[in-house]
Amino acid sequence: MKHLKIALLSGVAAFALASTAYADGHACDIGEGRVSIIGNEFPAIQTLGAGAAACASDSAEVTANLTKEHKNIQVPGMTNNPAEYTVAIISNGSIAPLMTDNLIRPLDDLIAAHAPDLPNQQKITLDGKVMAVAFMANAQHMVYRSDILAEAGLEAPKSYEDVLANAKVLREKGIMENPVGGAYSAGWGIGQEFNNMFIGHGGEFFKAGTAEANINNEKGVATLEMMKALSEYMNPDFLALNNNEISAEWKAGNVAMLQMWGSRTPALLDPEGSVEGVAENTALTGPMMVGDSGTPATTLWWDGWTIASNVSDADAEASFKAMMASIDPSILEQEGVNEQAVWLIEGYEPTNLSEGVFQTIKSGATPYPTLPYIGLLHTALGAELPDFMQGKESAEQTLADVEAAYTAAAKEAGFLQ
Amino acid sequence: MSETAVSQAQSRSFILNIVIWIFVAFWLILAAFPFIWTLWGSFKVELDFFSLQDWTNALFGPQTQAVHGSPFTGEGYHGAWVQEEFWRAVLNTSIVCFCVVCISLTFGTLGGYALSRSGFRYTFWLLMIALIFRAMPPITLVSGYLQPFFAWNVWGILPTSIIVLVAINQPFTLWMLHSFFTKIPMDLDESAKVDGCTQFQAFRYVIIPVMWPGVITTGLFSFLLAYNDFAVTAMLLAKENQTMVPKIAGFLGTTQTEGNVMFAVAAVVSATAPLFVLVLFFQRQIVSGLTAGAVKG
Amino acid sequence: MKHKTFFWFFLPTGLAMLLFIFLPIVSVISQSLHVPVDAVLVTVEECGPFGCKPSTTIDQEATQLLRDANPLGQWAGLEIYFDRSHLAVAEVGELWRNSESWGAFFNRLGNLPFYRAMAFTLTYTFVATPLLIIFGLMIALAVNTLSSWIKGLVIFFSLLPFIVTPLVGSLILFWMIDARGVVGSFIQWVFNDPTLSLKASTPLTWITLIVYGIWHSAPFAFVIFYAGLQTLPQDTLESAVIDGASRWQRIRYVVIPHLTPLVTFVALIQLMDNFRVFEPIVGFNAEAHATSLSWIIYNDLSGEQRLLTSAASTSVLTILCVAILLSPVLVRTWRDFNGKT
Repeated sequence: MKHLKIALLSGVAAFALASTAYADGHACDIGEGRVSIIGNEFPAIQTLGAGAAACASDSAEVTANLTKEHKNIQVPGMTNNPAEYTVAIISNGSIAPLMTDNLIRPLDDLIAAHAPDLPNQQKITLDGKVMAVAFMANAQHMVYRSDILAEAGLEAPKSYEDVLANAKVLREKGIMENPVGGAYSAGWGIGQEFNNMFIGHGGEFFKAGTAEANINNEKGVATLEMMKALSEYMNPDFLALNNNEISAEWKAGNVAMLQMWGSRTPALLDPEGSVEGVAENTALTGPMMVGDSGTPATTLWWDGWTIASNVSDADAEASFKAMMASIDPSILEQEGVNEQAVWLIEGYEPTNLSEGVFQTIKSGATPYPTLPYIGLLHTALGAELPDFMQGKESAEQTLADVEAAYTAAAKEAGFLQ
Repeated sequence: MSETAVSQAQSRSFILNIVIWIFVAFWLILAAFPFIWTLWGSFKVELDFFSLQDWTNALFGPQTQAVHGSPFTGEGYHGAWVQEEFWRAVLNTSIVCFCVVCISLTFGTLGGYALSRSGFRYTFWLLMIALIFRAMPPITLVSGYLQPFFAWNVWGILPTSIIVLVAINQPFTLWMLHSFFTKIPMDLDESAKVDGCTQFQAFRYVIIPVMWPGVITTGLFSFLLAYNDFAVTAMLLAKENQTMVPKIAGFLGTTQTEGNVMFAVAAVVSATAPLFVLVLFFQRQIVSGLTAGAVKG
Repeated sequence: MKHKTFFWFFLPTGLAMLLFIFLPIVSVISQSLHVPVDAVLVTVEECGPFGCKPSTTIDQEATQLLRDANPLGQWAGLEIYFDRSHLAVAEVGELWRNSESWGAFFNRLGNLPFYRAMAFTLTYTFVATPLLIIFGLMIALAVNTLSSWIKGLVIFFSLLPFIVTPLVGSLILFWMIDARGVVGSFIQWVFNDPTLSLKASTPLTWITLIVYGIWHSAPFAFVIFYAGLQTLPQDTLESAVIDGASRWQRIRYVVIPHLTPLVTFVALIQLMDNFRVFEPIVGFNAEAHATSLSWIIYNDLSGEQRLLTSAASTSVLTILCVAILLSPVLVRTWRDFNGKT
């Protein structure tokens, strides 16, 4: 009643494709119940939304609200009983608030009853209970300009030390003034870059088993110093450049080495959207190493779906069946779907676009933590690091500020006493 | 008009006229240049309009020429209107704006009129409280609404957003209309009441006919608030009921995925075009609304 | 007007404000005094597409017991108001004891988020507000002298900065002021400094934001002043002309006094709006250089883990600050009111 049918929401074309796919033999019967999905809006998720919508019938209502505001809406929308949303599409970065408030249910019984063959790699289990089903992977990895590096006689970088050395040569030879790129914008962006680099230095964010921050140490200092050194070779506006803007810099041919999201590489490799010669010479490689920890300086991400705990068993069951149908391997046969993401679904064929993400997985990178309090540390980092990056204070002072800001937030949220 | 009489009496010097013209031209450039630049650029590809090589690319569009064979392309408009169905958002915005303006003005004129005609001390405190209410950051208000609205099953629909926008804008509307009504002589409705009208009849037959100028100015601000709102509509509307501004925000992409900036640019231009038509159409009413002595302190 | 009549006239607007502003404010105040209950943490194994590893999560059963016992959350009193993210009483006290000079004290005060935000918010409010009022007045006086056929068009174009949605307006301006954008290139040319970047330095970012604020809000002042100018008492003006008053004297002694109540009104609204400055900071990605109280609230609410108590306390502090800021105007209005009755 409150929502129009999903056909209106997620691209008519995708819907048409989905319906034909399900019409020939994959028609799903989800029985009776209500399916209501909340999630972000990008093509892969819209494919899922359309797939689930194809399961709608007279007895089963399927709606989806796929919007950029999903993070702000999902917790209030799933807190009441019965919850507005029966399904939340989340990533390892956004599942924590739902778990903290106990808003999602274990899926073991539903998997046993309806999807006994679900591959283990898609199950997100916590304490032996399956809490989410993953469908795609993502990671930040290195992208470089093969022509520029070749012109200077340089190799593709393997570590951030290489990046610095290459950048120095490129600047000295006058080939490029600011060859290094990165989404260092104050806020989430720079916080994420710190996370990557800190993991690369072998850091652990928290003292084991507690919510006490563990970043104010020599690994933290080394992390900040490396970030500062890299920023010397970046556009001087780097604190104001987020992923969109840095991607535009790349496409204009102003950057030669950039750590970028795998999900954004299709745009970088599209010759129509770039200055001539840029997309053709854009090469993808795995993540960078830093120091001698042996762990690459990046994080792995998955996107998956969860079922609300505040809904009836019938709705949960219908939702589970609809979502399983939406990630059926047959969706990959639809035109363009295989290229939409690095799917974790059986039958996915890697393309040249997924090269970087696969190398990242192989390189032994660690996933972004799903800890309940990681978001608070991330926010504190994003707010406090710009002072150091602008040279206003020392690394030690900045790390102490981050720790103090995080501690205040974690005390308020009840994670620290 | 006595205005012309005065201006003749003043007989501006030639130099002063030049100075005024230069100032107005300067202001017009300042006010309109970004918009005209955007209008021109909306027919280019992203690489030209947001060029990081040379800003003149936005003027001549070499990349647009290379991709589309002409320095102009309607790609952005096609994407926004056909592919992303921007017209739905336009429709929703029209509904929201129309309802917000009507309801705001109805509530506001009744309340503002009452405040201006009652001499009791509580009217002062009501005005002060309304002002303090306005100090509340809307983002906090909106995040507080979410859970109750979900519980009452009213989240996501247009009427909810309309009434919230009306409520958030009431303090401003009240203040503006109150100051306007205090300038309408009390004798007008007092004499009507002496003739046997009730307070409401006095309001209906005596005040309403003379209040339009003030109402038009206030209405203009209510309209712009509803039209430009992001905080309320982005959080309180389901995707299919989205208005223009959150829809445009949706074109800008997320951290992990590339958006389509030119859709947003084309949408912004399209969103301003109806206002242009509206202002030209209602030009006389707006100018006369302002001219006839709308607001006074 | 009788109390009863007043009540019925005021009911719709009063009810709307009661339901959608007053009740939320009450709940925000209550929220600011409570924090979530302490979470009971357990270490468990977590597995996913990328392998297994130990992780920490919340023991839901144990935590639920605590939640049931304190449905509103744990009583915190004013604790959150005084913590480091807000008034930072303990930290400020320590700074005060350890700083040798006022300069050092203020310098290090700027390291605390609340005071850093206050520094920008107050600068912005007190620079942008008077300038935009003066600018708006100048535009209104100038437009008022134009012939009527062109007025409508000029009014429309004057409204544009106010109409174009700040979300995209700032996106386009953000690019225009880029070192390679049209305005950025122009500024570099004017100052003859090819390395000048508005986005990389704190003072230039502040100036950019203030200029944007004036540009965006001047049309508001303009419209109100323009409307006020239409009601100028013509006879006073004419007698001033006959008495040989110069143009400037007429503006100074006839026009300005006539517009004073409107200036108060515009100042009231703009002081409040400028104090809550938020959109340009996000639009220009300026948070590395400038933050505001509203930005702090946004930051608390938009993280992965929302900090409701913190956002609520900052909101209450915002209201208190606005009340202090407006108190001179309020006192004046009170005197006017008493004079009226």
